[in-house]
Amino acid sequence: MKNPLVALIAGILIGAGGLYFFLPYDPLTLGGGAAQVSSGAAGDGAERASAGETLRRVRNRGFVQCGVSQGLPGFSSPDERGNWSGIDVDFCRALAAAIFGDPAKVRFRPLSAKDRFTALQSGEIDILSRNTTWTMSRDTQLGFDFIGVTYYDGQSFMVRKAAGIKSARDLAGGTICTETGTTTELNLADYFRSRGLSYKVLSFEKNEEALVAYDRGRCDAYTTDASGLYAQRLKLTDADANMVLDDVISKEPLGPAVRQGDPQWEDIARWTLNALLNAEELGITSDNVDEMLESGNPRVRRLLGREGAYGEAVGLRPDWAAYAIRAVGNYGQMFERNVGTETPLGIKRGLNALWSDGGVQYAPPVR
Amino acid sequence: MTPIGWNNPRVRSFVYQASVLAAVIAIVWFFAATAQENLQRLNISSGFGFLDNTAGFGIIQTLIPYSEQASYGRAFLVGLLNTLVVAVIGIVFATLFGFLIGVLRLSNNWLIAKLAAAYVEVMRNIPLLLHLFFWYFAVLRPLPGPSESLEPLPGVLLNNRGLILPAPVFDAGAVAFFTAVAAAVAAGIFLVVWARRRQRATGKRFPAWRCAAALVVLLPALTWFIAGAPFHLDFAVATAFDYSGGMRLLPEFVALVLGLTLYTAAFIGEIVRAGIQSVGKGQREAAASLGLREGTTLRLVIIPQALRLIIPPLTSQILNLTKNSSLAVAIAYPDLVAVFSGTVLNQTGQAIEVIAITMAVYLTLSLITSLAMNWYNARIALKER
Ligand SMILES: N[C@@H](CCC(=O)N[C@@H](CS)C(=O)NCC(=O)O)C(=O)O
Repeated sequence: MKNPLVALIAGILIGAGGLYFFLPYDPLTLGGGAAQVSSGAAGDGAERASAGETLRRVRNRGFVQCGVSQGLPGFSSPDERGNWSGIDVDFCRALAAAIFGDPAKVRFRPLSAKDRFTALQSGEIDILSRNTTWTMSRDTQLGFDFIGVTYYDGQSFMVRKAAGIKSARDLAGGTICTETGTTTELNLADYFRSRGLSYKVLSFEKNEEALVAYDRGRCDAYTTDASGLYAQRLKLTDADANMVLDDVISKEPLGPAVRQGDPQWEDIARWTLNALLNAEELGITSDNVDEMLESGNPRVRRLLGREGAYGEAVGLRPDWAAYAIRAVGNYGQMFERNVGTETPLGIKRGLNALWSDGGVQYAPPVR
Repeated sequence: MTPIGWNNPRVRSFVYQASVLAAVIAIVWFFAATAQENLQRLNISSGFGFLDNTAGFGIIQTLIPYSEQASYGRAFLVGLLNTLVVAVIGIVFATLFGFLIGVLRLSNNWLIAKLAAAYVEVMRNIPLLLHLFFWYFAVLRPLPGPSESLEPLPGVLLNNRGLILPAPVFDAGAVAFFTAVAAAVAAGIFLVVWARRRQRATGKRFPAWRCAAALVVLLPALTWFIAGAPFHLDFAVATAFDYSGGMRLLPEFVALVLGLTLYTAAFIGEIVRAGIQSVGKGQREAAASLGLREGTTLRLVIIPQALRLIIPPLTSQILNLTKNSSLAVAIAYPDLVAVFSGTVLNQTGQAIEVIAITMAVYLTLSLITSLAMNWYNARIALKER
């Protein structure tokens, strides 16, 4: 063996050839091979997300792993003792109640805007319920499915009252603070670009620092979803010296997302939300749900599992919805308790009222 | 006669090494293929095509032209340059300041030595992220809003949006001026090198430094006047909230450089101190007995010997500083990690590609730094004569 190169190449070929035999598929024809695997994977694959897989895993584990924010009052925020509250949190509790009959069987994983998608993709969480805007690219390119809208939101700006800013246009040339990895960053660019206005953006990793920077006057405005602005405003040193502009520059339908590929899990999540909305429409609340079990209204009876086998169809008990409603109330109760007019946030139902009350919340029927 | 086949140790070692390499390549291939397959199964986009797509977001500090319509690839370059500029400036300051701290720690003046020691202990025991927050908010706090900007010099403005300076704008004749500067510097270096060689060979002296300095000042100045002062200043003008135009040093940039410099300088100070103390006492005494002054002893005898011990750990501090600059996103400075593995990753969702590129960049930067420092280290290494 004079030539080391020959030995090297021979070694590589032998090694690679040997490994090739152990690969579960043909790495040279990736595209076709992969499609084949995913369609023909019914039999094998403990780690493959096939129908029913997520529910089975959640049941074995004994709790739902739910991705939430690091602290956004009204949506998901922990108190000093680590108890979480908010719409996004309650949705996960309802899900846990539907599955286990116990709303406490859920654990919350706080995630920054930047880390949330990777956490869902990698299977670290079962569901992402973190004021996340449903957009086409997130739905189609990240391997997710959004299961509905828990809160119809829109992006706006918070400014200092003293600055004399009346509308978003007045911010031309100003500096705007926001959080990185959000739709907010892009909407902002669209808004100013489409109007030919200049602006400067400071994108922070965490909203705490973004808010402090705004508070110290580094930025002329702080921007995010309007709901977030109402919540963040309360954290400023002088909340009353600041206001949220009336302009809404984008559509931000916030909703929970699950991984694509497990239609059963997706159905469970989607119908848990629909059950809460339908409950409000039918007048079922956490207080009267037990009386409602005896109701003669067929729509109520179907929702609460007295008629038909709707729960069984998604692998749950017949009265799954009754548990969810008992745990967090109907959608309206959940809204009022967390962000409604009686809370520090004081948000009116607006778009989030039921369709029958002039809003756009409209759930398909249980039937 | 050499043994044949397996009995030949060289054959054996080739086969072993080749197999290890083959296994490594196969493992990497295996992971890449598995990842690719999983991404497709999960319906997650993959590939590097996204680099050509429109970025659609703004960046506050861009050293090259960039707009929201530019591509993700362009945004990557902007982030990379922002990282490089922080790293280079941080390294220069941290090295200079670190040397100063290291020398001061060995000062004969008790107070100075203790102050330097206290500096080292305090700075290196506070996590870098806290340094950054501290300096960021410390820089912001005393600065007024744009409407009450301080104006220390005409045209120079200081407020919480940054330090705004008039920007030099070059006119037509500027090329001649810059050529003259480059030529003068090159000629100056040549002159110094030549004079040193000649002095070594013949013992004749030549005032090379003075001549070079004169050259570097006079030649550009001459072209300047001939070309008719080929540049003017672009002063910032007030807008509704801020100023536009001019050049701007962002508070985020200043805080990041400050934090990185002060933190790393503490470590470098210790390295320098250890290096100096490792030089035998006899060297100092020998220098003294030759009548060298304290400063000259340090410059000509101690430091050159200490450098051999200082360079290798200094290299790792320089690498640390570069890598630590990736904490920038915490204070909204748009470095590579903030722009690329932050915003771009989030807008495209292509975590694997983005992280792979980012890792490759830091790896390349680290390797280049190491190579340069190793080269320098080899040059100053003790030469046995
Ligand atoms: N809805 C937007 C923005 C969501 C977002 O992350 N908003 C920030 C600013 S209010 C937030 O919730 N931060 C809370 C946290 O980081 O924990 C999106 O999906 O991109």
